[in-house]
Amino acid sequence: MEESKLLIEDKNIVTPGDILAEGLDYLPSSGCYRTGNIIKSKYFGVVRIKNRYLSVIPLAGAYMPKSGDGVIAKISDIQTTFWICDINSPYDAILQIGEVAEEYIDLTRTDISSFFDIGDIIYAKILNVTKSKNILLTMKDYRARKLIGGRLIKVTPSKVPRIIGKEGSMIELIKNKTGCQIIVGQNGIVWFKGQNEALAAKVILMIEKEAHIPGLTDRVNAFLDKFSNIKGEKL
Amino acid sequence: MKEKEKLIINRKRLDGRDLYEMRKIEIQINPIKNSMGSAMFKFGKTWAIAATHGPRAAYPKWQQNPEFSILKTRYMMLPFSTWERSKPGISRRSIEISKVVNDALSNVIFLEDYPKTMIDVFIDIIEADASTRCAALNAASIALALAGVPLKDIVSSCSVGKIDGEIVLDIAGFEDNYGEVDCAVAMIPHEEKVLLLQMDGIVTKEEFKKMIMLAKEGCLKVYESQKTAIKQAFTNIIDIE
Amino acid sequence: MSNNNYVKNLIESGMRIDNRKFDEFREIEIKTNIIDRAEGSSIIKIGNTQIIVGVKLSVGEPFPDTPDEGILIVNAEFSPAASPSFEAGPPDENAIELARVVDRAIRESHCIDLKKLCIVPKEKVWNINIDIQVIDFDGNLIDAACMGTVAALKTTKIPKYENDEVDYEHREGELPLVDLPIYVTIYKIGDKLFVDPTKEEEEAADARISIATIQDGKICAIQKGGTGYFTISEIERAIEMSIIIGENLRNLFKH
Repeated sequence: MEESKLLIEDKNIVTPGDILAEGLDYLPSSGCYRTGNIIKSKYFGVVRIKNRYLSVIPLAGAYMPKSGDGVIAKISDIQTTFWICDINSPYDAILQIGEVAEEYIDLTRTDISSFFDIGDIIYAKILNVTKSKNILLTMKDYRARKLIGGRLIKVTPSKVPRIIGKEGSMIELIKNKTGCQIIVGQNGIVWFKGQNEALAAKVILMIEKEAHIPGLTDRVNAFLDKFSNIKGEKL
Repeated sequence: MKEKEKLIINRKRLDGRDLYEMRKIEIQINPIKNSMGSAMFKFGKTWAIAATHGPRAAYPKWQQNPEFSILKTRYMMLPFSTWERSKPGISRRSIEISKVVNDALSNVIFLEDYPKTMIDVFIDIIEADASTRCAALNAASIALALAGVPLKDIVSSCSVGKIDGEIVLDIAGFEDNYGEVDCAVAMIPHEEKVLLLQMDGIVTKEEFKKMIMLAKEGCLKVYESQKTAIKQAFTNIIDIE
Repeated sequence: MSNNNYVKNLIESGMRIDNRKFDEFREIEIKTNIIDRAEGSSIIKIGNTQIIVGVKLSVGEPFPDTPDEGILIVNAEFSPAASPSFEAGPPDENAIELARVVDRAIRESHCIDLKKLCIVPKEKVWNINIDIQVIDFDGNLIDAACMGTVAALKTTKIPKYENDEVDYEHREGELPLVDLPIYVTIYKIGDKLFVDPTKEEEEAADARISIATIQDGKICAIQKGGTGYFTISEIERAIEMSIIIGENLRNLFKH
């Protein structure tokens, strides 16, 4: 048996076609593929190694829906029994009336736009994604709701985990220091509402830009402190 | 008709290059902020900018493929890119080049990852000093990688040819006009997989073998510079060499 | 409905749907001078593929960079009758590619002595318009179109030109044809290379490479097509094949 060899280290930056490992002991997880007995990267991104599993997290790219993801969606069309939602992905998502209302709805008497109208922003959960990319949303989740007011920004979907931080630590830090309500959709849409909206937006875009550089939490902390101090002096 | 001038004097070409020397490569990362990924690629004066949009929902809807994403490449020469103004819009030449570039790029994209969608690649030639389809492909494959499109590998391209009876690398404009053979090659160089090959002019099969091996060397060089440029995607202009 | 997987498996196991060898063409039938009103014409049949080529000559101004040479213009149209997948309308990318690929072989082989088609330098030269009409499609259009074009050019006569007028009803000279460029397109499925596909084989193929050769076995044009790849050694094999097969095909014209 040929010996397996790892050719990269955890957190290395790779480009498409870069060889990650040789031999059959390593297994390609997301973002890479096997050809013959070598594993190559599919993306320009960062390598993650977990035991025998190799993956590459892309530094850019469109959002690909996964079931269970919480997303921020915009109602883009209304049909008789469902809504069509833009989820910042190549695919539209469907939200059916049964996933919104608990009780029976008499459709002969109800215009479902009384629940959500075109242009409304909602936070919803992805219920299911089929092989041919038919996507169902649900509002039956404790976090799901209509988002009223506030501001939206778009970030690279692959950077969302860094914005949220370990067990939500990063986002909690920003919430505490800016006093904003913030919701981060896995689809790369961030919603926030509060006094320091501009500061919150700035810091989120900073995280997006510098997500791959170590020492992120410290820099975010320093950044937020600098601004809140200036604010404090002026007051 | 001008008398045919010598294109190689003392084994140097008219622009001072050696026979197997490539023009200077310049790459700029993400010059177009509004696209998912974009790149500028220059071979000397030949200057291409490629930008990608997508994957996004495929329209018109009848073009959707339930299993694959559709790649749509549009190559265009801008009117001021040539000595004589070229007519704006899509010519027969650009339709053909768009098709062969599209085929070459389709080979490396995991189109099955994004069913029902399309990926657009727009390539503009800002200035044309021969080998434009090569610069176009090089820019496009960097742009696709930056856009986070899943790729098997990066496509690299360069031209080879025959001028004054000698096999040379990277044909420039005057060599294209007065040389004997022009050949554009795109490949995944380290695997020797040829994805685009267009040649015109008369060669023997031995000369062709020499040309294609030279093209491989050229593509390897382009490949390395593309990878270096992509990895430095967070700084701005990078000159290789 | 496509038979792609069946054809692929068959080719990979070394067979073809019509039992031909990998380097064997279907029966080729060429008739020339079929259209009186055209200065040169041909109809070529390779199996069920049928193409009509017409050559029309007219007098026009030369290009400024070649003031003493005739002008070659190649156009191709896919008749919607030729296949349910062809659509009416202006030539699509496939028709444009076909025309440009044939154009390159004719031009780069220098098979027409364009200098002999100059009437008055900088003012008047003959324009050679080659129109390729695909009337029935069953694969291998590039090879068929190029052979049809060469056949039509070989029988092309130059009309009488007097007092600034072309007299199309009387012809005097022959077209100065000095070589016979022939395309042989090599198709690839898996690691197998074969020629002259039927429509089904063409649809199943990964990639193709068209190699045009001239009389002394030199290559004058190459075009790779399709989304698959060729390795360098496969290209070298393809070139060997096209030189040998091209020489045999060229013999069809030498009588």
